[in-house]
Order: sequence, then structure tokens, then C-alpha cells
Amino acid sequence: MAKYTEDDLKVELETKEYEYGFYTDLESDTFPIGLNEDVVRAISKIKEEPEWMTDWRIEAFRAWEQMIEPEWANVHYTKPDFQAISYYSAPKAVDPNKTLDDVDPELLAMYKKLGISVDEQKKMNNVAMDIVVDSVSVATTFKKTLAEKGIIFCAISEAIREHPELVKKYLGTIVPQKDNFYAALNSAVFSDGSFCYIPKGVRCPMELSTYFRINQGGTGQFERTLLIADEGSYVSYLEGCTAPSRDENQLHAAVVELIALDNSEIKYSTVQNWYPGNKEGLGGVFNFVTKRGLCEKGAKISWTQVETGSAVTWKYPSCILKGDNSVGEFYSIAVTNNHQQADTGTKMIHIGKNTKSTIISKGISAGKSQNSYRGLVRISANADNARNFSQCDSLLMGNNCGAHTFPYIESKNPTAKIEHEATTSKIGEDQVFYCNQRGIPTEKAIALIVNGFGKEVLNKLPMEFAVEAQKLLEISLEGSVG
Amino acid sequence: MLKITNLHASIEDKEILKGINLEIKAGEVHAIMGPNGSGKSTLSAVIAGNETYTVTEGAVYLEDEDLADLAPEERAHKGVFLSFQYPVEIPGVSVTNFMKTAINENRKANGKADMPANEMLKLIREKSELLEIDRKFLSRSLNEGFSGGEKKRNEIFQMAMLEPKIAILDETDSGLDIDALRIVANGVNKLKSENNAVLIITHYQRLLDYIVPDFVHVLYDGKIVKSGGKELAHELEERGYDWIKAEN
Repeated sequence: MAKYTEDDLKVELETKEYEYGFYTDLESDTFPIGLNEDVVRAISKIKEEPEWMTDWRIEAFRAWEQMIEPEWANVHYTKPDFQAISYYSAPKAVDPNKTLDDVDPELLAMYKKLGISVDEQKKMNNVAMDIVVDSVSVATTFKKTLAEKGIIFCAISEAIREHPELVKKYLGTIVPQKDNFYAALNSAVFSDGSFCYIPKGVRCPMELSTYFRINQGGTGQFERTLLIADEGSYVSYLEGCTAPSRDENQLHAAVVELIALDNSEIKYSTVQNWYPGNKEGLGGVFNFVTKRGLCEKGAKISWTQVETGSAVTWKYPSCILKGDNSVGEFYSIAVTNNHQQADTGTKMIHIGKNTKSTIISKGISAGKSQNSYRGLVRISANADNARNFSQCDSLLMGNNCGAHTFPYIESKNPTAKIEHEATTSKIGEDQVFYCNQRGIPTEKAIALIVNGFGKEVLNKLPMEFAVEAQKLLEISLEGSVG
Repeated sequence: MLKITNLHASIEDKEILKGINLEIKAGEVHAIMGPNGSGKSTLSAVIAGNETYTVTEGAVYLEDEDLADLAPEERAHKGVFLSFQYPVEIPGVSVTNFMKTAINENRKANGKADMPANEMLKLIREKSELLEIDRKFLSRSLNEGFSGGEKKRNEIFQMAMLEPKIAILDETDSGLDIDALRIVANGVNKLKSENNAVLIITHYQRLLDYIVPDFVHVLYDGKIVKSGGKELAHELEERGYDWIKAEN
């Protein structure tokens, strides 16, 4: 019978282009390729940074030179040639003093394609965005509304100039320069990123959002995010990421540091849709990210991530539960398809008493992809009555993909309670047929089943972005069933 | 409404249906009875377009349209509904969300816009009352942890929502206690009209006490070997299937 079968779907999906794969022809200031101390100094200079910042970068660079790229993750790729990358690229049209009206119309058009036009964002009126295209923060909205509450939300380069005392106090305290290979590289060359400070007792009245995008070919993007929630404050922060389709691999090595002071709460959500490469595995973003947060007494950090993109992902948003009664949460959906590889998970380090952590990880693998969960739960000797609950579910589509789970548990305190649950399932032909029989086409049926599978995590996303994330899941799943 | 001519179907080269002929007119209720392994469930799956089976000969027509080239969802859009013997679980997808998706996909296929939310809610309320379904039930994950009776009631609830032209009830009575059986049968009876038809597939005549068929057919070894009125069901109940087997 000449029907639309799952095989047809597979073909259709495989030929579907990466929907965000357009390239905007912006005039850019791009550094020549290569990395040495002079390049690090030049970045610092172009950002008009103070000497302490330049020194900090140089210190990181010298450490990085001595380090070797880690190989323990369950991913295989050709290592980037770090001397073949340009470490700075800024769209020329940008001038920090310009208003939005002055912004390059092509840039605005690009936002529109991304579905995040600044105009729209303004109208949405409860989302403030700091948009990072390539390496410079080009538009920061809602600054005024936030300023009235004493909230600082700006590009990190601006924070270094305007709020050096805060940056100096916290930068590198959670992810030190020498933490790991990519963190060291980021510390040396980070070009921009976001900075956020929520004062004592302030509840941030809107979702704060950053949209990252790698535009220029052959550039790496090294954002640095520093978020400080002072005592008793609350903030919800979302970052979204896309990159145009390119044949070469682009490197993305970000560092995110969160500091949750006593009784504060940070909710950090990520929708990551970097270009995953084509169906033969050519091109795509290498996403090597270090994200970590520190919880002081009674504080809470909640990481939520929907990861659908990148050729290779290496990412473990973690919580250091230093203060007594602090709480760490990690909710993740990671989708891999074609030749994508993801090694992602979290670390929950329990140091304080009565600390609690929850890990919900949902991995979806399709095509020839490999999807690994890697998580560490460490209970220190002093962490009396620490609790952890971990749940790792994997959903497989087709017979050529893989799902792997690497849970590590280290407990040095006998009062700890640690629970770990794991399941692996496949989308069944019977499930798809059942949906078909009710009039739901196969593609939509798979989206429905996958969204159901990831529901516990999708529910944790801020409302405005949950819809976007669901759409992304639908776009990303190029695979067959059976 | 539904016409089946000389239908042969096989699975992995094993022929299960060996030449079925059947015509169901609008407004009629037909029952297909037969011993285990006679091909009853295969027949329902083939009508619905399940690709596990290969149609080797013959055809199925819905309102004179040959269904051969239509995918399962396209058959659904045209009004074929199958109440499954074993409804599958879809974790994390609520009954309401599933129904909403199904209704809107059917509307889309028939060139209509999505059903407005208030209309959808009204329809859900109305149909859930018909099947005596608790509202809380509607927010549970589809078929996950449902009792046998809940699963079957949910199937008929979906039928009520989708208003098909031909509803095939595959062993809907299995796993039902007497109260659930009454509710399910009552639902089907209320949905019956001059514009649709029902095909009941069952091993026992129990359900036929509640949903009275116009015609009863006996399926044995992939063929309809006997047809008659509702009294045939009673005869089968009394005498078992052995005499059918002996005759064939």
C-alpha cells in the first residue's frame, strides 16, 4: 500500500533543514585566527577593561596553556584546532550608546527570524532580554524597570566597567579560572555574556532572558554569565541559543556562575538549539559548557534545560549545597538525533546539613546519536540528613541510537538518603498506531509521545518558553519508530 | 456504509483472512462472533489500516471509497473508529490533551480550524457525562494505570468525541464488570443513529444483550461461515463453537 509510513517520515525529517540555519550578512569586526597572550590582551583592551581584569584573563590563559583537553566523556569528535579559531567577533553596527532605533535593520530582521524580535519582546512586557549576537551584547531592554528595583541586568563587559566591586568579588569564585580546560579558555577569552544582581529581599518582577546566537563563521563564542541573588531574593532566568548552519564545527565554551545567598532562589532555564550538524554529522556546534551554582543557607537553585542542538554537548549544570537546608534541582531533557552526541547531567554536592537535591533527567535518542547521562551525588561527612532523589529515563527511537547512564554516588555520611531510579523505553509501533487510528499523523504522534515523556521537565519551564521548547522537540526529532 | 469484498490478509506470509464478504448499511449494528484465532481482531486491524498485516486480495470500502491507499489516520479522518481490545498507555499525555489533539487533527484534515477551547470543554463535559466519567479521570495519563473497565469506557468516550461513521468495537466487553458493561453499552446505544454503523467483535454474546445487533456473523478460520439474526448469538452461546467447527 502506498501509504505514508514511518520510513517516509524518516526520509522527510532527514531532509528537513535546520530551521534556524540562516546566516545574516552583518558587517563584523573579527579578529584574525589564533590565540596567544596578545590576543587575550587585545580582547581585554577592546572591551576597555581595567587592569585587574586583564591580569585575571592572562592568569587564566597561562593556566589553560598547561592544561590538556579532557577525554573522559562518552563523546567522540575531532578536537578543535584552537589556533584556527577567531576569538572575537562583533557586529560592526553595534554601539553601546545607541538606542534600539539605531540598531542595524538586518540585525533586527535576524531577531525576527529567531522569533524574538526586540519589539515583540518589549510588548510582551514581562520578559527582559539581553541579546548576545556573536560576542557583544547588542540590546538590553527593560533596564529601567529593573533599575527601579535595584536590579542590575546588563552585559558582563558593562558590569566590569560599572560594577567592578561586584564582579571582582564573585567572578571565578564558583568556577575558578583553572577549574577545567574549557573554563580556563573561557576565562581567558570571554568576550561577553550577562551579568545579573538581585538585591536583598527583591523578587525580580519578570523573567530575565538572554538569547545567544553564533553568527560569524569560524568564531568561537565564549560567554560568561554571572548571576548573584542576594539574601532573600528571587530570580528566574532563561537563556536560549541558536546558531546558523555551517559546515565547519563552531566552538561554544561558556561559563555560568550562580551565587544564591541566604534564603534566595534562582531558577535558571536553558533552551539550547545550537546547530546540530547535518544528517551525515558534518558541522554543528561543539558545546562545552561549565555551569555551576552555590547555595548558601536555605537557598535554592533550580536548573532546567531543554537541549536539542549541538553536534557534541558536554555540560553538567551543578549545585554546591554549602548552606544548611539548601536545595538543588536539575530538570533536563536532552534530545539527540542523527550523529549528535550528548554527555550531560549534573553534580549535586551536599555540604550543609538537611540539604536536598532532585535530579530528573530525560534523554531522547534517535538516528545514530548517542545520549549519555552523567551525574554525581556527593554527600560530605558533615551533611547530616542529606537527601537526593534521581530519576533518569531514556527513550529510544529506532535501532541505531544509544542511551547511557553513568550515575556516581559518593556518600560519607550514614544519615544520607539517596534514591536512584532509571528506565529505558522505546516508542512502540502500537502507540503510534493507536494515535494514527484516532486521526493523529505519525509525526504529530511522536511529538505527542515525546512531550508526554518530557512533561515533568517541560512543566518546570516558565510558561512563555514551554511552548517554544515543545516546538523545538518537534523540530529536532528526526527519527524513525520501531 | 462499510463494504468488504473477498478480503484476504496475511501476516508474515501466514494467511489469516481468507475471503471475507460483508456489507454494513447505515443505521445497522452487526456482530462478528467466533472462536479464538478465527481472525476477528485481524479483521478489525485491517479495516483500521494496521500495516502489520498485508492485504493480498479484495478490498474494504467506506461509503464506496476504496480504503486501500489510505493511511490509518486518513481512514480515521473519513470516519473509521476502532475501539481497541488492548488500549496502549501513553505516559504523560492526559486524556484531555490526547482528545484535543485527535479532534483538531481530524478537523484539520477536513479543512476546519481548531475547535475553540470553550466548545471543546463543553463537548468533553457532555460526552464524559454520557459515559459517567469522573472529571479527574480526564487529566490522568492516557490508559496509564487504568483498570480494564476504565480503559474500555475511555475508548467509548473517544468514540463519542470523534463521532465516527463506522465504529468497530473489538472485544469491548472483555474485562468489564456488569456496571461498566451497562455504561459502555448505554453509551454506544445513545451514539447509534441512521447516519452511522457499528461492528461489534466479540467472543461472547453477553454484550449483545445490551447492544442488540441486526445481524450476527460467525467467523471461523478466516471466513464468515454463517450469518443470521440476533438469535444466532444465543444459539452460539448455548451450543458453543464446536458445531461450527464440525460443520467446516
